[in-house]
Amino acid sequence: MLTIGLTHYLVLAAALLCCGLYVMTTKRNAVGILIGAELVLNAAALNLVAFARYGAGGLDGQVATLFVIVLAAAEAAIAIAIFVNYYRVLATIDADRGDTLKG
Amino acid sequence: MTRGWLYRLPLPALLAASALAADGAAAPAADPGKAVAFYLVAAVTVGSALGCAIATNIVRMAMCLLGTLGGVALLYFLMSATFLGVIQLIVYAGGTLIVIVFGVMLTSRAYGVKLRPRPVEVLAALVVCGALLVGLVAVLLRTDWPAAPAGGAAEGTVAALGGSLLSVYLVPFELASVLLLAVMIGAAYLAQPALPTAGDGAGPEE
Repeated sequence: MLTIGLTHYLVLAAALLCCGLYVMTTKRNAVGILIGAELVLNAAALNLVAFARYGAGGLDGQVATLFVIVLAAAEAAIAIAIFVNYYRVLATIDADRGDTLKG
Repeated sequence: MTRGWLYRLPLPALLAASALAADGAAAPAADPGKAVAFYLVAAVTVGSALGCAIATNIVRMAMCLLGTLGGVALLYFLMSATFLGVIQLIVYAGGTLIVIVFGVMLTSRAYGVKLRPRPVEVLAALVVCGALLVGLVAVLLRTDWPAAPAGGAAEGTVAALGGSLLSVYLVPFELASVLLLAVMIGAAYLAQPALPTAGDGAGPEE
Protein backbone atom coordinates (compact mmCIF):
# COMPACT_ATOMS: atom_id res chain seq x y z
CA MET A 1 0.00 0.00 0.00
CA LEU A 2 2.95 2.33 0.50
CA THR A 3 4.01 2.31 -3.13
CA ILE A 4 1.62 4.50 -5.05
CA GLY A 5 0.95 3.04 -8.46
CA LEU A 6 -1.34 3.42 -11.42
CA THR A 7 -4.24 1.62 -9.74
CA HIS A 8 -4.40 4.14 -6.90
CA TYR A 9 -4.89 7.01 -9.30
CA LEU A 10 -7.38 5.08 -11.42
CA VAL A 11 -9.54 4.22 -8.39
CA LEU A 12 -9.43 7.85 -7.28
CA ALA A 13 -10.50 8.96 -10.75
CA ALA A 14 -13.34 6.42 -10.70
CA ALA A 15 -14.57 7.91 -7.41
CA LEU A 16 -14.43 11.40 -8.92
CA LEU A 17 -16.32 10.20 -11.99
CA CYS A 18 -19.11 8.69 -9.89
CA CYS A 19 -19.40 11.86 -7.79
CA GLY A 20 -19.65 13.93 -10.96
CA LEU A 21 -22.25 11.61 -12.41
CA TYR A 22 -24.30 11.81 -9.22
CA VAL A 23 -24.10 15.62 -9.24
CA MET A 24 -25.11 15.77 -12.91
CA THR A 25 -28.15 13.55 -12.40
CA THR A 26 -29.51 14.92 -9.13
CA LYS A 27 -28.91 18.68 -9.20
CA ARG A 28 -31.71 20.76 -10.65
CA ASN A 29 -29.71 23.96 -10.75
CA ALA A 30 -28.21 24.23 -14.26
CA VAL A 31 -24.94 25.59 -12.88
CA GLY A 32 -24.80 22.56 -10.57
CA ILE A 33 -25.05 20.28 -13.59
CA LEU A 34 -22.11 22.16 -15.13
CA ILE A 35 -20.12 21.62 -11.93
CA GLY A 36 -20.82 17.89 -12.22
CA ALA A 37 -19.52 17.94 -15.79
CA GLU A 38 -16.33 19.61 -14.57
CA LEU A 39 -15.86 16.82 -12.03
CA VAL A 40 -16.22 14.18 -14.75
CA LEU A 41 -13.74 16.03 -16.98
CA ASN A 42 -11.24 16.21 -14.12
CA ALA A 43 -11.55 12.47 -13.55
CA ALA A 44 -10.80 11.83 -17.22
CA ALA A 45 -7.83 14.20 -17.19
CA LEU A 46 -6.48 12.53 -14.05
CA ASN A 47 -6.65 9.16 -15.83
CA LEU A 48 -4.76 10.56 -18.81
CA VAL A 49 -1.94 11.95 -16.66
CA ALA A 50 -1.74 8.74 -14.63
CA PHE A 51 -1.34 6.67 -17.79
CA ALA A 52 1.27 9.11 -19.06
CA ARG A 53 3.18 8.71 -15.81
CA TYR A 54 2.85 4.98 -15.15
CA GLY A 55 1.80 3.54 -18.50
CA ALA A 56 3.67 3.12 -21.75
CA GLY A 57 2.18 6.15 -23.52
CA GLY A 58 4.91 8.70 -22.88
CA LEU A 59 3.93 12.36 -22.99
CA ASP A 60 0.79 11.90 -25.09
CA GLY A 61 -1.45 11.78 -22.05
CA GLN A 62 -0.19 15.10 -20.76
CA VAL A 63 -0.82 16.78 -24.13
CA ALA A 64 -4.33 15.31 -24.18
CA THR A 65 -4.89 16.72 -20.68
CA LEU A 66 -3.90 20.17 -21.94
CA PHE A 67 -6.62 19.88 -24.59
CA VAL A 68 -9.12 18.69 -21.99
CA ILE A 69 -8.42 21.79 -19.90
CA VAL A 70 -8.85 24.07 -22.93
CA LEU A 71 -12.09 22.39 -23.97
CA ALA A 72 -13.44 22.56 -20.42
CA ALA A 73 -12.78 26.30 -20.27
CA ALA A 74 -14.53 26.82 -23.61
CA GLU A 75 -17.45 24.64 -22.55
CA ALA A 76 -17.87 26.50 -19.27
CA ALA A 77 -17.89 29.90 -21.02
CA ILE A 78 -20.55 28.86 -23.53
CA ALA A 79 -22.62 27.06 -20.89
CA ILE A 80 -22.66 30.10 -18.59
CA ALA A 81 -23.70 32.33 -21.50
CA ILE A 82 -26.56 29.94 -22.25
CA PHE A 83 -27.59 29.85 -18.56
CA VAL A 84 -27.65 33.64 -18.35
CA ASN A 85 -29.95 33.71 -21.36
CA TYR A 86 -32.05 30.89 -19.87
CA TYR A 87 -32.41 32.84 -16.65
CA ARG A 88 -33.37 35.96 -18.57
CA VAL A 89 -36.11 34.16 -20.51
CA LEU A 90 -37.54 31.86 -17.81
CA ALA A 91 -36.63 33.83 -14.64
CA THR A 92 -35.36 30.62 -13.02
CA ILE A 93 -32.26 28.44 -13.20
CA ASP A 94 -34.18 25.21 -12.58
CA ALA A 95 -33.19 22.91 -15.43
CA ASP A 96 -36.51 21.04 -15.20
CA ARG A 97 -38.44 24.14 -16.24
CA GLY A 98 -36.78 24.40 -19.63
CA ASP A 99 -39.40 22.31 -21.38
CA THR A 100 -41.05 24.94 -23.55
CA LEU A 101 -40.11 23.02 -26.70
CA LYS A 102 -42.05 19.97 -25.52
CA GLY A 103 -44.63 18.91 -28.08
CA MET B 1 -19.64 24.36 8.98
CA THR B 2 -17.46 21.55 10.25
CA ARG B 3 -16.10 20.99 6.78
CA GLY B 4 -13.95 24.12 7.11
CA TRP B 5 -10.83 22.13 7.91
CA LEU B 6 -10.96 20.63 4.43
CA TYR B 7 -10.05 23.94 2.86
CA ARG B 8 -7.14 24.68 5.14
CA LEU B 9 -5.45 21.38 4.30
CA PRO B 10 -4.16 22.07 0.76
CA LEU B 11 -1.47 24.63 1.61
CA PRO B 12 0.86 22.40 3.69
CA ALA B 13 0.04 19.54 1.36
CA LEU B 14 1.07 21.72 -1.59
CA LEU B 15 4.43 22.44 -0.01
CA ALA B 16 5.00 18.77 0.77
CA ALA B 17 3.92 17.72 -2.70
CA SER B 18 6.15 20.20 -4.51
CA ALA B 19 9.12 19.21 -2.35
CA LEU B 20 8.42 15.56 -3.12
CA ALA B 21 7.92 16.13 -6.83
CA ALA B 22 11.35 17.72 -7.04
CA ASP B 23 13.15 14.53 -6.05
CA GLY B 24 10.42 12.07 -6.99
CA ALA B 25 12.27 10.66 -9.99
CA ALA B 26 15.29 9.73 -7.90
CA ALA B 27 13.42 7.40 -5.56
CA PRO B 28 11.37 4.82 -7.48
CA ALA B 29 11.14 2.45 -4.50
CA ALA B 30 8.56 2.65 -1.72
CA ASP B 31 8.45 6.22 -0.47
CA PRO B 32 6.33 6.58 2.67
CA GLY B 33 6.27 10.38 2.52
CA LYS B 34 4.96 10.32 -1.00
CA ALA B 35 2.33 7.74 -0.09
CA VAL B 36 1.15 9.85 2.86
CA ALA B 37 1.00 12.92 0.63
CA PHE B 38 -1.00 10.97 -1.93
CA TYR B 39 -3.52 9.75 0.63
CA LEU B 40 -3.90 13.24 2.12
CA VAL B 41 -4.48 14.85 -1.28
CA ALA B 42 -6.77 12.03 -2.35
CA ALA B 43 -8.84 12.51 0.81
CA VAL B 44 -9.15 16.24 0.10
CA THR B 45 -10.09 15.62 -3.54
CA VAL B 46 -12.71 12.95 -2.95
CA GLY B 47 -14.01 14.73 0.15
CA SER B 48 -14.58 17.90 -1.82
CA ALA B 49 -16.26 15.95 -4.61
CA LEU B 50 -18.55 14.30 -2.06
CA GLY B 51 -19.24 17.73 -0.58
CA CYS B 52 -20.23 18.83 -4.08
CA ALA B 53 -22.67 15.93 -4.27
CA ILE B 54 -24.13 16.53 -0.80
CA ALA B 55 -24.38 20.32 -0.79
CA THR B 56 -27.67 21.88 -1.81
CA ASN B 57 -26.41 25.44 -1.82
CA ILE B 58 -24.91 26.29 -5.20
CA VAL B 59 -22.26 28.60 -3.72
CA ARG B 60 -21.09 25.83 -1.41
CA MET B 61 -20.93 23.50 -4.41
CA ALA B 62 -18.66 25.95 -6.22
CA MET B 63 -16.35 26.13 -3.19
CA CYS B 64 -16.22 22.33 -3.03
CA LEU B 65 -15.34 22.30 -6.73
CA LEU B 66 -12.41 24.58 -5.87
CA GLY B 67 -11.18 21.95 -3.39
CA THR B 68 -11.43 19.22 -6.00
CA LEU B 69 -9.63 21.25 -8.67
CA GLY B 70 -6.83 22.13 -6.26
CA GLY B 71 -6.54 18.50 -5.18
CA VAL B 72 -6.26 17.33 -8.78
CA ALA B 73 -3.55 19.94 -9.37
CA LEU B 74 -1.64 18.58 -6.36
CA LEU B 75 -1.98 15.07 -7.79
CA TYR B 76 -0.43 16.35 -11.04
CA PHE B 77 2.49 17.68 -8.98
CA LEU B 78 2.80 14.28 -7.29
CA MET B 79 2.98 12.63 -10.72
CA SER B 80 5.84 14.94 -11.77
CA ALA B 81 3.57 16.71 -14.27
CA THR B 82 4.46 20.10 -12.83
CA PHE B 83 3.51 22.15 -15.89
CA LEU B 84 0.06 20.57 -15.99
CA GLY B 85 -0.37 21.25 -12.29
CA VAL B 86 0.39 24.92 -12.77
CA ILE B 87 -1.92 25.11 -15.80
CA GLN B 88 -4.65 23.37 -13.83
CA LEU B 89 -4.34 25.95 -11.05
CA ILE B 90 -4.23 28.95 -13.39
CA VAL B 91 -6.78 28.01 -16.04
CA TYR B 92 -9.12 25.73 -14.11
CA ALA B 93 -9.09 27.02 -10.56
CA GLY B 94 -8.39 30.60 -11.62
CA GLY B 95 -10.41 30.91 -14.81
CA THR B 96 -13.12 28.31 -15.23
CA LEU B 97 -14.13 28.41 -11.59
CA ILE B 98 -14.41 32.21 -11.70
CA VAL B 99 -16.67 31.89 -14.73
CA ILE B 100 -18.83 29.43 -12.80
CA VAL B 101 -18.98 31.75 -9.79
CA PHE B 102 -20.04 34.59 -12.08
CA GLY B 103 -22.74 32.31 -13.45
CA VAL B 104 -23.92 31.56 -9.92
CA MET B 105 -24.08 35.24 -9.05
CA LEU B 106 -25.91 36.16 -12.25
CA THR B 107 -28.53 33.45 -11.94
CA SER B 108 -29.28 33.16 -8.21
CA ARG B 109 -31.38 36.24 -7.68
CA ALA B 110 -34.49 34.15 -7.00
CA TYR B 111 -33.30 33.54 -3.45
CA GLY B 112 -35.18 31.24 -1.13
CA VAL B 113 -36.33 28.91 -3.88
CA LYS B 114 -34.88 25.53 -2.94
CA LEU B 115 -34.11 23.34 -5.90
CA ARG B 116 -34.10 19.87 -4.40
CA PRO B 117 -34.36 16.61 -6.29
CA ARG B 118 -37.15 14.19 -5.53
CA PRO B 119 -36.21 11.27 -3.23
CA VAL B 120 -36.85 8.78 -6.03
CA GLU B 121 -34.32 10.55 -8.22
CA VAL B 122 -31.73 10.59 -5.43
CA LEU B 123 -32.25 6.89 -4.80
CA ALA B 124 -31.97 5.97 -8.47
CA ALA B 125 -28.84 8.10 -8.91
CA LEU B 126 -27.27 6.58 -5.79
CA VAL B 127 -27.94 3.06 -7.04
CA VAL B 128 -26.59 3.74 -10.53
CA CYS B 129 -23.49 5.62 -9.38
CA GLY B 130 -22.74 3.12 -6.62
CA ALA B 131 -23.03 0.20 -9.02
CA LEU B 132 -20.78 2.00 -11.51
CA LEU B 133 -18.20 2.71 -8.81
CA VAL B 134 -18.19 -0.86 -7.54
CA GLY B 135 -17.89 -2.24 -11.06
CA LEU B 136 -15.12 0.16 -12.04
CA VAL B 137 -13.08 -0.53 -8.90
CA ALA B 138 -13.51 -4.29 -9.31
CA VAL B 139 -12.29 -4.10 -12.91
CA LEU B 140 -9.41 -1.76 -12.03
CA LEU B 141 -8.16 -3.95 -9.20
CA ARG B 142 -8.16 -7.08 -11.34
CA THR B 143 -6.47 -5.63 -14.41
CA ASP B 144 -2.75 -6.14 -14.82
CA TRP B 145 -1.55 -2.94 -16.44
CA PRO B 146 1.57 -3.00 -18.62
CA ALA B 147 4.46 -1.39 -16.78
CA ALA B 148 6.09 1.78 -17.96
CA PRO B 149 9.41 1.57 -19.77
CA ALA B 150 12.16 2.45 -17.33
CA GLY B 151 13.08 6.11 -17.26
CA GLY B 152 10.48 7.12 -19.83
CA ALA B 153 8.13 8.88 -17.44
CA ALA B 154 10.05 11.79 -15.95
CA GLU B 155 10.18 13.98 -19.06
CA GLY B 156 7.12 16.09 -18.31
CA THR B 157 9.00 19.31 -18.88
CA VAL B 158 7.74 22.45 -20.55
CA ALA B 159 10.19 22.00 -23.42
CA ALA B 160 9.04 18.45 -24.17
CA LEU B 161 5.36 19.46 -24.02
CA GLY B 162 5.93 22.49 -26.23
CA GLY B 163 7.89 20.50 -28.77
CA SER B 164 5.20 17.89 -29.02
CA LEU B 165 2.45 20.55 -29.26
CA LEU B 166 4.19 22.19 -32.22
CA SER B 167 5.12 19.00 -34.06
CA VAL B 168 2.88 15.97 -33.57
CA TYR B 169 -0.12 17.85 -32.19
CA LEU B 170 0.07 20.93 -34.41
CA VAL B 171 -3.34 20.44 -36.05
CA PRO B 172 -5.28 19.95 -32.77
CA PHE B 173 -3.37 22.92 -31.34
CA GLU B 174 -4.50 25.19 -34.19
CA LEU B 175 -8.02 23.79 -34.02
CA ALA B 176 -8.11 24.63 -30.32
CA SER B 177 -7.17 28.23 -31.08
CA VAL B 178 -9.92 28.49 -33.69
CA LEU B 179 -12.33 26.94 -31.19
CA LEU B 180 -11.40 29.52 -28.56
CA LEU B 181 -12.06 32.33 -31.07
CA ALA B 182 -15.44 30.83 -31.94
CA VAL B 183 -16.28 30.43 -28.25
CA MET B 184 -15.36 34.06 -27.57
CA ILE B 185 -17.63 35.31 -30.35
CA GLY B 186 -20.40 32.88 -29.44
CA ALA B 187 -20.39 33.73 -25.75
CA ALA B 188 -20.44 37.47 -26.47
CA TYR B 189 -23.33 36.94 -28.90
CA LEU B 190 -25.30 34.74 -26.52
CA ALA B 191 -24.89 36.98 -23.50
CA GLN B 192 -25.74 40.30 -25.14
CA PRO B 193 -28.99 41.99 -24.13
CA ALA B 194 -31.93 40.85 -26.21
CA LEU B 195 -32.28 43.08 -29.26
CA PRO B 196 -35.84 43.91 -30.25
CA THR B 197 -36.47 42.12 -33.52
CA ALA B 198 -38.89 43.42 -36.15
CA GLY B 199 -41.75 41.12 -35.16
CA ASP B 200 -41.07 41.24 -31.45
CA GLY B 201 -40.53 44.87 -30.65
CA ALA B 202 -43.36 46.27 -32.71
CA GLY B 203 -46.15 44.51 -30.85
CA PRO B 204 -46.15 45.86 -27.31
CA GLU B 205 -45.09 49.38 -28.26
CA GLU B 206 -47.88 50.27 -30.60
